[in-house]
Amino acid sequence: MNIQVNERAIEVPAGQSAGALRDRVKPDADLLIRNGFPIDAATPLEDGDRLVLIRRGEVPAAGELETLLTARHSPGVHAKVKQACIGIAGVGGLGSAIAIALARIGIGQLIIADFDLVEPSNLNRQQYFLDQIGQPKVYALKESLARINPHVKVTACHLRLTPANIGEVFGHARILVEAFDRADQKAMLIENFASRFPERAIVGGSGMAGYEPGNTVITRKCGSRLYLCGDGVTAAAEGVGLMAPRVGIAAHHQANVVLRLLLGLEPTGDGDSP
Amino acid sequence: MTIEINGTPRELTTETTLADLLAELNLDARHLVIELNRQIITRQQHADTRLQDGDQLELVHFVGGG
Repeated sequence: MNIQVNERAIEVPAGQSAGALRDRVKPDADLLIRNGFPIDAATPLEDGDRLVLIRRGEVPAAGELETLLTARHSPGVHAKVKQACIGIAGVGGLGSAIAIALARIGIGQLIIADFDLVEPSNLNRQQYFLDQIGQPKVYALKESLARINPHVKVTACHLRLTPANIGEVFGHARILVEAFDRADQKAMLIENFASRFPERAIVGGSGMAGYEPGNTVITRKCGSRLYLCGDGVTAAAEGVGLMAPRVGIAAHHQANVVLRLLLGLEPTGDGDSP
Repeated sequence: MTIEINGTPRELTTETTLADLLAELNLDARHLVIELNRQIITRQQHADTRLQDGDQLELVHFVGGG
């Protein structure tokens, strides 16, 4: 019978137990998971079972890890995503969540740029941890991304983006994600990148503060190649703070726009291709 | 002459630059990204950009937060 063991197909004799197969393939494994559920070593396997053998606390070797991670990536999708280099300007509430989402789908390369350090007040919405307080955000995030998917090539730029360096920092980025906080900085970044690279798409965020309904956060196409995610109006202000749920919704709209663009799909769903 | 702003027609009676129009609409140029006939117009160009009949203008306004 045929069993998928750690995402590889293996032929085993009928009726073999999970433990017997474990002893043959990965004797040091102390966790046996069949079709998503933990089982005893004595449990007999059935044709078509999917078995995951894990040694608790062990990080799989590079080759095995790639197989394990890509097992959940849709085949046609992963090949395209893996080729892509995406720039993320600003790694606060939006940028840190977008980077993590793109790393999890197996993006090939990320260029992340931000001058900021992790502060305690960031932890209400940004993807950082208490033990990262005081670190430059780009380095803290690079470290977290490596813990999720070490195959993503991450270029971390600890600097303030200005009209003078935007072209150089994001020269290799096929798509630019705008994830700044201030409205004037958002406009400055997009204007400069767009005039320098007239063919490349830009994915921005505008209007995701507070706790208005999540359904008001949408993706719109503005102009010829700018996509904007948010409700377009709810600015961060006193009494209308930025909070993890709604910032997360907008961030994942942005990550999904990137994914759809990479797959050649119109991000808003209007028409067939971007 | 008639131009389009974000898909909506607008009549202009006198010669108008982009900077004039933004002032008339009471819009803060620092929070805007502007495309004129699918070309990005940077803020340095606003005062020198004269609008012409049939121009298609896209004004993208940003609010803070991220």
